[in-house]
Amino acid sequence: MTRVGVVVFPGSNCEYDAASAMGMLGATAELVWHSTTDLTGYDAIILPGGFAHGDYLRPGALARFSPVMEAVGRFANDGGAVLGICNGFQVLTEAGLLPGALQKNRGLTFLCQPTTLIVTSQASVLTSQATLDQELVIPINHFSGAYTCDDATYDELVANDRIVLTYKDNPNGSRGDIAGIANERGNVVGLMPHPERAMSTLLGSDDGQVLLKSFLTAPVASLAL
Amino acid sequence: MNYSVIVDVSLRQGIADPEGATIERALPALGFYGVTDVKAGKSFRMMIDADSEAEALERATALAERLLSNPVIEDATARLSGVHAS
Repeated sequence: MTRVGVVVFPGSNCEYDAASAMGMLGATAELVWHSTTDLTGYDAIILPGGFAHGDYLRPGALARFSPVMEAVGRFANDGGAVLGICNGFQVLTEAGLLPGALQKNRGLTFLCQPTTLIVTSQASVLTSQATLDQELVIPINHFSGAYTCDDATYDELVANDRIVLTYKDNPNGSRGDIAGIANERGNVVGLMPHPERAMSTLLGSDDGQVLLKSFLTAPVASLAL
Repeated sequence: MNYSVIVDVSLRQGIADPEGATIERALPALGFYGVTDVKAGKSFRMMIDADSEAEALERATALAERLLSNPVIEDATARLSGVHAS
């Protein structure tokens, strides 16, 4: 059974949602405190949403120095599947595991609403089982979600198929409507929307399932990298 | 010596500054006219125990680049604001 580590920083608040979603898909999820330095035995790692270290200074700025992040870096470099959701995405960019930065939303509004995403690449652990151009309804819940990067980085993301999800109707001013990106190998993915909150039509949408199912099949796939 | 240092962090040229823009738009409503190019930023004050002004500024710059700013979107500059015997 796939064993997923869900990293908990002081101030994380979506770890139970993430763990519950993993459980629904047949995986075992364990919460991993941020002081952990060894991630041996996990098949995949999730950095969940929330306000790690209170989001003081900048979202993710202090979390990046949490002891666990060195282990997350090693896990990622070894080809392990790493997913950063919302605040987790911000942590991954601050840690340099993904390029660019997340800025305050255009309009300075905290956004909490369903958004329609478009799958723009299957070359990642999060989107491998989704269909290209598929539309997914998944909620966002953030204040600093405007993806920002320089021209060279953006061109590189486009050229290498690393923009995996875009907003159909850009809610926050993200460059190129970007909702989620992957690293060069496709094993590290960050996105602002919350697929773990779109697991059941009873709660509005179950479109998050195809993404998290992809993520769970990734540990096997990433071994072949 | 104890050096009193101020680190200013501002958004890099060309990076959208919704906070500065919002403040700028609010000014005319308060009767402040002719104010343009408002930029929002952060300022940090700290005491650094160092042997020289150059060393204090060097250390402040290093910590500003490592932690206080995100070089992807922000610039950081350190300046001296006072010296005290430690």
